[in-house]
Amino acid sequence: MIWTLGAAAEAGEPGLWAKFLGLLASVVDAVAWPFHEGTVYVFGAMAVACAIAVVVSQNVVRMAFWLILSLAATGALFFSLNADFVGAAQLLIYVGGTLVLLIFGVMLTASGPFLQIKAKPGEMVLAGVVGMALLGVILSSAISVDWDKHAPSPEKAVGIGFNSPAEGNTTRELGMKFLGANPKDIGSQKATLSPGYLLPFEIVSVHLLVVLIGAAYLARAKRQKAPVVDPT
Amino acid sequence: MSTTDQVAANVPAAELNTYLFIAAVLFVCGIVCMATKRNAIGVLMGVELVLNGANLNFVAFARFTRLGLDGQVVSLFVIVLAAAEAAIALAIALNFYNNHLTIDVDRADELKG
Amino acid sequence: MSSVLAASSIAEFLAGYLDNSHSAWAYVVAALIHAGLVLAFFGVAPLVYIWLERKVAGRIQDRLGPTRVGGKFGWLQTLADGVKLIQKEDLCPGAADQFMFRMSPYLVFVASFAAFMVLPWADGWISQDLDIGLFFILAIMSLEVMGVIFAGYSSGSKWALFGGMREAAQVVSYEIPMAICALVPVTALGTLSMMEISHMQAGPLLNWMVFHDPFCFVAFFVYFTVATASVKRAPFDLAEAESELVAGFHTEYSGIRWSYFFMAEYASMFAVSGIATALFLGGWSTGIGLEESFLNPLRASGGPGYLLANIFGAAVFISKGCILVFVQMWVRWTLPRLRIDQVMTTCLKYLLPISCALFLGVTLWPLLVFKLTGRTTLVDSMNVMGSDLGKPTADRGYRPWTPRPTNEIPQVPATAAPIDVEPGQAEPEKPVEAANGVDAKRPEAARLDVVDVSEGKVQS
Repeated sequence: MIWTLGAAAEAGEPGLWAKFLGLLASVVDAVAWPFHEGTVYVFGAMAVACAIAVVVSQNVVRMAFWLILSLAATGALFFSLNADFVGAAQLLIYVGGTLVLLIFGVMLTASGPFLQIKAKPGEMVLAGVVGMALLGVILSSAISVDWDKHAPSPEKAVGIGFNSPAEGNTTRELGMKFLGANPKDIGSQKATLSPGYLLPFEIVSVHLLVVLIGAAYLARAKRQKAPVVDPT
Repeated sequence: MSTTDQVAANVPAAELNTYLFIAAVLFVCGIVCMATKRNAIGVLMGVELVLNGANLNFVAFARFTRLGLDGQVVSLFVIVLAAAEAAIALAIALNFYNNHLTIDVDRADELKG
Repeated sequence: MSSVLAASSIAEFLAGYLDNSHSAWAYVVAALIHAGLVLAFFGVAPLVYIWLERKVAGRIQDRLGPTRVGGKFGWLQTLADGVKLIQKEDLCPGAADQFMFRMSPYLVFVASFAAFMVLPWADGWISQDLDIGLFFILAIMSLEVMGVIFAGYSSGSKWALFGGMREAAQVVSYEIPMAICALVPVTALGTLSMMEISHMQAGPLLNWMVFHDPFCFVAFFVYFTVATASVKRAPFDLAEAESELVAGFHTEYSGIRWSYFFMAEYASMFAVSGIATALFLGGWSTGIGLEESFLNPLRASGGPGYLLANIFGAAVFISKGCILVFVQMWVRWTLPRLRIDQVMTTCLKYLLPISCALFLGVTLWPLLVFKLTGRTTLVDSMNVMGSDLGKPTADRGYRPWTPRPTNEIPQVPATAAPIDVEPGQAEPEKPVEAANGVDAKRPEAARLDVVDVSEGKVQS
């Protein structure tokens, strides 16, 4: 009940005890801040720090570890952006699927000397300078745009599950889009006939199938002798 | 008004620029990773970071601008294509490793004239 | 709609004591209480399950199992084991990658714990009622394999590495049929929210998804097999096959870090059983019509009645989950272990095609039933013990929807939105509630939220 006491203190009871409670309340407020909207900053900082760690670390397995944390933190950012479905897809496909594949690759190839292949220090410095310049360009261009001009217009409510991205819970609308229907057209007389994302969705699914068959063909075990490394 | 709404009203919300900053850092980290790593799989990790930064931008624009739900749709496509790209790139890397017994991309210079 | 259902109740309870500027506090404290509750279950469940496993194993092998610690049934055995494990030295092999070796148990632990966030314990009792709850829980549980791979790799031991690689191959393969099997009831239900899924199965036993159609019935057993494999239980526990791999990926672990792996394993056993309960076995509903006549009025009365009804619901849910966990143990101590190639063959050559066929079948089922009976359900809609039996599944769980106030665009006329009709043909039609007798009790329900394949067919 600290906070009630703190509230009473703010209501105007002078004295050391009240001051102390007010101070305590503000301290705990500061501690509690990351728990709600501040999660964005926590996960943002985590994503950024882990991405930098990917660049800095030399061991491939460590890189994979940091990459997992970075991508998982980005998935959490998707949740904070009310894009639940994208966030869960990120966790399931990216972190749980693609990265497991990547780690398989690491384990099949990272034998002894290839675990750490260092770049030359000069290259690192050059890449760092170029990267900072690129970051500067991107950030300056992002800041120079007045984003308020492009703020979303209030969406009309079609029903539960057909929310705008700002409201969250967009799963049904996403599904309708992938099926080629526009939820806003449902029930209205002037329904437009647009393919939506049905065609890209089909193309991507066929593409994925072709890629998987191709990858299996490329990576199949060829029973051939590996070239003998000259011992001298 | 529910308690959560009140909380949301009291706390300064993260803006679009916050997400753009995070996405920019992810993107640049990916670029630097692609440029400096000599391990083929390290380069691949750089690509994943770049795609992730772009994805974050798409979703942030879907939330804060008039792009609407299309941003989320595009980001889902990106995730799927990234999976396809990783599968192919890994197959190539494994093939390269089988043929050359190394995964150092600087050693892949046989096509040089 | 899907705000933090339970959180807002605790938060609102707390906010009653606060003034407006400190309402953030209520939110934080409520969140902490929730995390604490879930963590308590997460910690206690393995404690009970490990004891149960030893008892079950003993009985099946014609032994007694633990009998001494803490009285007649040895029910404090796990606690004694836990104390022993905490006291043990936290070893890290010299060849290991120190940092990764220490981090891996936490990865496993966190992934397993996060799955409990979206388990529906009782009506309104869920940590996060996500719109995509089922998808989320599958996604989170797929992260567990990461920690196992890293543990195997960073141990610097070939047994651990082999165990980790086997584990990765197995879990990644079994994720696919698991997700498809979970999609089978979802196709019939039309929602991914765990709360809505549980609501839709309220009422008599025949409302449970496992009895919904033959495909869901088979899907339950396929799902349970796959889930057993995906939490690496015998007969699929190749990752830690003692006879070949010492102890698999956790060969080098000892003490408290080793016990993290075990807590995660037993908690995952309950998590997959909880998913099965919520998806197929009616969640917290008893299946004997207790809800409509007794529990729902109690729930509606608010205060202690609500609490009592929900505690009963949670007890039902946990009991169902525990029965499934018991079946997993029973299977483990009865069946011999498969070979690794047999494990992969079972998944890729049998379970995957079966689950794909089930998925196809459940999409065609309403069409078939409609051709034969003229309804989309096998049973005609009737009222049994105060609950609707034979109502189209997707109609059961939806609560009345009140339109949001918008000053710009007028509301669209109330229509069910058929998903299989092209947008150009989607014309406003008369709602079919009257025909089904669905909305006799709640005429205010503008059922725009219903997107149901079966119902679309009724209209077209």
